[in-house]
Amino acid sequence: MPKDVAVIGVGQSNFVRGYEGSIRELAFEAFREAMEDAGITTKDVDASIICSAPEYDKQRSPAGVIAEYLGLIPQPTVYVETICSSSSTGVRIAYGLIKSGLHDIVAVIGFQKMSEITSAESQERMGRGADIQWESPFGTMMPAYYALYAQAYMAKNGLTLDDLMNVRIKSATYGQINDRAVYRKPVLPDDFDPNNPNARMAQVVSWPLRVGDACANADGSSCVILANAEKAKAICKKPVWILGIGAASEAVNMASRPDFSKGIRVAHIAAQQAYKMAGITPKDVKVAEVHDCFTIAEIMAYEALGFAPIGEGKQLIREKATYKEGPIPVNVDGGLLSKGHPIGATGGSQIRTIVLQLRGEAGPMQVPGEPDIGLVHNIGGVGLYGNVTIFGR
Amino acid sequence: MGFEKFGRKSFTSATKTAKFVDFLMEGKIMGTICKKCGMKYFPPRADCANCFSSEMDWFEMPKRGKLETFTVAYYAPYGFEMDCPYSMGVVDYGDNLKLFARISKNIKQDELRTDMEVTVKPVQYEDGQIAYEIEKA
Ligand SMILES: [Zn+2]
Repeated sequence: MPKDVAVIGVGQSNFVRGYEGSIRELAFEAFREAMEDAGITTKDVDASIICSAPEYDKQRSPAGVIAEYLGLIPQPTVYVETICSSSSTGVRIAYGLIKSGLHDIVAVIGFQKMSEITSAESQERMGRGADIQWESPFGTMMPAYYALYAQAYMAKNGLTLDDLMNVRIKSATYGQINDRAVYRKPVLPDDFDPNNPNARMAQVVSWPLRVGDACANADGSSCVILANAEKAKAICKKPVWILGIGAASEAVNMASRPDFSKGIRVAHIAAQQAYKMAGITPKDVKVAEVHDCFTIAEIMAYEALGFAPIGEGKQLIREKATYKEGPIPVNVDGGLLSKGHPIGATGGSQIRTIVLQLRGEAGPMQVPGEPDIGLVHNIGGVGLYGNVTIFGR
Repeated sequence: MGFEKFGRKSFTSATKTAKFVDFLMEGKIMGTICKKCGMKYFPPRADCANCFSSEMDWFEMPKRGKLETFTVAYYAPYGFEMDCPYSMGVVDYGDNLKLFARISKNIKQDELRTDMEVTVKPVQYEDGQIAYEIEKA
């Protein structure tokens, strides 16, 4: 089990609708918290990696602007993106920079101000979120793509709409106790009842997925500060080590995808890499954050990560196994569904949750039993990029 | 040039595979096959990632396949709103060939089933745009 690179500081802004500030100010919120957490100064940081999904940014090449605002010049900085998994990819690159010996301490800052552009501009960009030559001309959007996976998966594996609803109910259980979450309200079965005229979640977006199956858009930022073993041991009382790190890519076009009923391939590949590197099995994972951009994605993640056999992910939600008190707690911070999904900030926020869990500092969300190993599953696009990272004390 | 006519709304004008649109006008849905190594591609590609050859032939896609999965979109991106609701799906022909397209309004939503037998036909819209849609076999 390698213990060469550790997380020594984590931070996250509140995830909100319509952040009242600029992107550099938003990034500063997460960075300040992570730096105070690490107890270091900007002079200690050798390089920064700035992550977001560029289609929401008005600022061209945000890295330089943000690095300056954070006090991180003249150190090198670079912009990294893999859409929704940008900040996990940033952490992967930071890992490489540190492991190579090029840098001792690297700060990874993820941000997204989804409200930076108007909703009309957003709608226009959403239409170009896939293969613009061969698929966007049919009128595709993110929910439609995940709906293709949901339809195939449900038909093959007997997963029901109520199972999906129960994923959303679980997320809301924890969104209510996470003061950084954008969606703090509870969700009840009544909210999904198509016969209830006031049901907030029942409206179909792209069959079989409903409003309640989709994550909450948000503005937000995250920061993860990583260090080599020598610095981590000297600076940090509770370093959390990167034990395993996996990543993969996939064909953008749906016509080139393998069996839809088996889920997102990049997640399976990245998970295998991460488990192998860490030298552990899925049973060793005590707490996980998975990329629940849609409810179906959480069920498919259970299987990709080996928490359930292929086709049996539904059992975990039916048995409440992924609740905080269950054998494998998943997304006990509200997940993307309730905490919110500010694209470029999401991976760093997931990592923050796991680091706090492993340190025993997760407050009301703390998983019992002093978890020693945690996992982050962060997907970019519709399974276009997959990242799985395993952390340990 | 020539690819602006593809789909309900095209985002691409220049591509080496623009001849695909001419074939569609003739009623044919074509993929490309590498002359050197025989690798088949759909959507069509101008270059082979298997052997790096750029010498490609066109081949006609099979007539029948199975609907592997589908969705019915009730929300649309900018420029597609007037079509809502519309269905889209993936056709699996076997032999590692699949196709993604809109599903024809001739198939009612409650008739859609995974694994149903389907065919794919070129279709021209009122505004002159050309595409292909999934139809009953
Ligand atoms: Zn070839």
